[in-house]
Amino acid sequence: MENIQYILPEIFISLSIMLFLLIGVFKKNSTTLIYNLSNISLVILLALIVNLSSIDKIYLFNNSYLIDNLSNYMKIILVGSGIFVMLIGSKYIQVINLNKIEYPILILSSILGMMIMISSNDLIVFYMGLELQSLALYVLASFNRDNLLSTESGLKYFVLSALSSGLLLYGCSLTYGFSESTNFDQILINSIEFNYGTTFGIVFILVGLAFKISAVPFHMWAPDVYQGSPTSVTLFFAILPKIAALSVFIKFLYTPFANMNDQWQTIIVFISIASMIFGAVAAIGQKNLKRLIAYSSISHMGYALAGLATISNQGIQSSITYISIYLVMNLAFFSCLFMLKRNDKYYENIDDLSGLSKKHPILSFSLLIVLFSLAGIPPLAGFFAKFYVFLAVIEQSMYFLAIVGLLATVVAAFYYLRIIKIIYFDPEKEEYETSHNLGLKITLAISTIFILAYFIYPRSITEIVSKITMI
Amino acid sequence: MNFPILSSLILLPTIGALFILFTKSSSEKYQSSKYVALFISLANFLLSLYLWYIFDKNSVDFQFVENREWLSGFINYKVGIDGISILFVILTTFITPICIISVNATITNRLKDFLIAILIMETFMIGVFCSLDLVVFYLFFEAGLIPMFLIIGIWGGERRVYSAFKFFLYTLLGSVLMLVAIIAIYWITGTTDVEKLYELGIQVEYQNLLWLAFFSSFAVKTPMWPVHTWLPDAHVEAPTVGSVLLAAILLKMAGYGFIRFSLGLFPIASENFTMLVYILSLIAIIYTSLVALMQEDMKKLIAYSSVAHMGFVTLGIFTMTQQGIEGSIFQMISHGLVSAALFLSVGVVYERHHTRLINKYGGLVSIMPRYAIVFMVFTLGALGLPGTTGFIGEFLILMGAFEKNILVAMIASLGVILGAAYMLWLFKRVVFGEMNNQELKSMKDLKTFEIITLSALVIPILFFGFYPEPLMNSIEASVENTLEMYNFDLINNLASKD
Repeated sequence: MENIQYILPEIFISLSIMLFLLIGVFKKNSTTLIYNLSNISLVILLALIVNLSSIDKIYLFNNSYLIDNLSNYMKIILVGSGIFVMLIGSKYIQVINLNKIEYPILILSSILGMMIMISSNDLIVFYMGLELQSLALYVLASFNRDNLLSTESGLKYFVLSALSSGLLLYGCSLTYGFSESTNFDQILINSIEFNYGTTFGIVFILVGLAFKISAVPFHMWAPDVYQGSPTSVTLFFAILPKIAALSVFIKFLYTPFANMNDQWQTIIVFISIASMIFGAVAAIGQKNLKRLIAYSSISHMGYALAGLATISNQGIQSSITYISIYLVMNLAFFSCLFMLKRNDKYYENIDDLSGLSKKHPILSFSLLIVLFSLAGIPPLAGFFAKFYVFLAVIEQSMYFLAIVGLLATVVAAFYYLRIIKIIYFDPEKEEYETSHNLGLKITLAISTIFILAYFIYPRSITEIVSKITMI
Repeated sequence: MNFPILSSLILLPTIGALFILFTKSSSEKYQSSKYVALFISLANFLLSLYLWYIFDKNSVDFQFVENREWLSGFINYKVGIDGISILFVILTTFITPICIISVNATITNRLKDFLIAILIMETFMIGVFCSLDLVVFYLFFEAGLIPMFLIIGIWGGERRVYSAFKFFLYTLLGSVLMLVAIIAIYWITGTTDVEKLYELGIQVEYQNLLWLAFFSSFAVKTPMWPVHTWLPDAHVEAPTVGSVLLAAILLKMAGYGFIRFSLGLFPIASENFTMLVYILSLIAIIYTSLVALMQEDMKKLIAYSSVAHMGFVTLGIFTMTQQGIEGSIFQMISHGLVSAALFLSVGVVYERHHTRLINKYGGLVSIMPRYAIVFMVFTLGALGLPGTTGFIGEFLILMGAFEKNILVAMIASLGVILGAAYMLWLFKRVVFGEMNNQELKSMKDLKTFEIITLSALVIPILFFGFYPEPLMNSIEASVENTLEMYNFDLINNLASKD
């Protein structure tokens, strides 16, 4: 029991979820109260995690749970972005009548699931966390149940995700069968000798994980789910599961399967290249901003995975830096999206941005910054994200990966430029509402300034990340 | 450390831009913003002149060096200048106020945004010429795309979207390979600090590929044949001021990059690829001159002439002779002044008559005598008449070329004749001849601000044409040093082979 302080965050959030459920049952019209309480509980959760961040490495529960620098950092950015996601979305779910008590509770439970995933050091614990977050996400995707697209996306996500979970589970059982353990460290020790069983296990597990991170060729669900889900849920999808999945990727590749890197490196390189190219090319024809950001996130995940393919600490750190900057850019982008509101209707087509810059100079400028940053043009934060990744990739002399990746950025630049063109060069349309809630404005301001001013002090992230070492 | 004069030069325009961004202009026309921008850019010009004054012309070292920790301690923010870069810095700070003065005429909507874009652009351009670290250089080099994309796209002509995209994507595509090369250099040598790289040198086996990667970026930016096609489009569609910035300064980044990085870092590869550059340059000179002859659009004609002139520059750089390189630098400065002036001159008539087609004009000399005079000076400057800066540049380049390869020099000399042909023909058709178009009668001669901007350009073109000494003085020592290092590396390499 003396270890209980280390999982205080998880215990706290579980108790909060149960408490909010009880409040929701016994108190009428408590929706807004629960939403705000959830947000507060997330802030407390963040404080609790930060409080533990001095711990370098500690194993709990028979080595099945691990708290180290990686898990601490990932949880901090996870919960931190969770707070902003809740802040940005609060007005939106009121306007489109989704303000039900389940919404914040589902978000909290999926965050809990992700935290368990991030900290797991055992196949069973990992799978438990994964399913907890997935189940919450299925419901969230179809949360707008009167909307055809939303229900479709929920169903689609459920079917495909269940399939991938099945594959993942099969991979886990194969790994367990051939390495005689579910514990990550034990698997590492037992898998020194090569055998086909574990290789198959790796492949199946990677397929499952690639699905969760929406990497090509397991990306098919992403565009539909992004488009169909309520925008606040899309934002959630775009950030939080990616953080969790990436840290699980790092965990799997560098703990249980570290000895078999010659087996999985090619797979990761392939997935990475395919995602970069496909995401860039497929986004060109899109008309819906949410769909476009889905393809864009596919290609961004390709870059994040490129860092992992390097088998070096530098590469892992670059991927983590990448996802940190990526989440800020997404927060900024979606804040802009939530500002495209007129008469209680939200607009999400690219054409709706036409001539935005004339009436809304500040909003357009933020979008301009975000889009150039997503395209990876210096001196914005997005450039540094890519720069670190390619620094790591080229260190390992993986020139092919680097050149393909950089050429894909040129293709990707095209569709980001197209949005900028529509905002700045095209004739203007009707004005949008200019009054927004404070949380939205603050998030947009913070994230835009972060993107814009990152180059002044780029060490801000890298110094923290440099503590994370896996090899 | 002393007063960080280079960082001030780089940052001052941005501060001005922020100031304009956050102040509300009282009048509709944003006059006060314009005065702020003008004041800032003039202050920057004076600062750069002061820099030139205190600059030690006899030293071959980088001066006013600032070195600060930046990216996790392994890549530093390092700036400094030598005799080669200082002239480009002054060119930039000199052209920017001229642009800001002439903004009045061409830009009618969103003047405030335009001023901000120009000032930000100035920051990036000065940054390119001052940076002594490859990553910092890349940062400034690429960042310039953003404001230029917006300048072409928002304030450009009919096909502005196409041109802006073409400009952006061409340049970006060229540059990403340079990024790969820069990172590769970091892992090969352990540093991206240019000064240290000069000392360390890069292993011979990597040089060819790295050179090609840098070349892909610079060739697009120069622009060299066959990747020059973005330039005519960008020039034609950009607003006058945008064309001026593009021709006068942006194109020079590449020429500067060739001298600083291609020659400095990869001497052996540069020697290997000399013939490639010669051939591409010659094609650029002859082919684009011929194309320029056939143009009906004034801006397009000048754009093609830019490609031809930059062909001379690349030719001169890769002669690897003192005269050739000095001539190239001189030619770049001269082209910066002359092409800026030509685009402004086209802007003058375009603003009055709203067409750039040459055959719509004729006989302007009788109604716009002042205009005819300045336009003549610029035309003569562009074709390289003795007494203008254009002559000295081309003459030195050809001198260098004759020393290395007589055939190349002879073909290049043809370009001079062609240059004279298209420029004089343009001048004849626009300024002389009969005035067939009655609408032209109502055109007024130069306004005050046009006289100011154009004569500000006439003076240096003629002054340095007759007396190039001040410019030559500044570049001489640095060019000599670059060449010495270059030859030293070559000899070492030969020795190691034997």
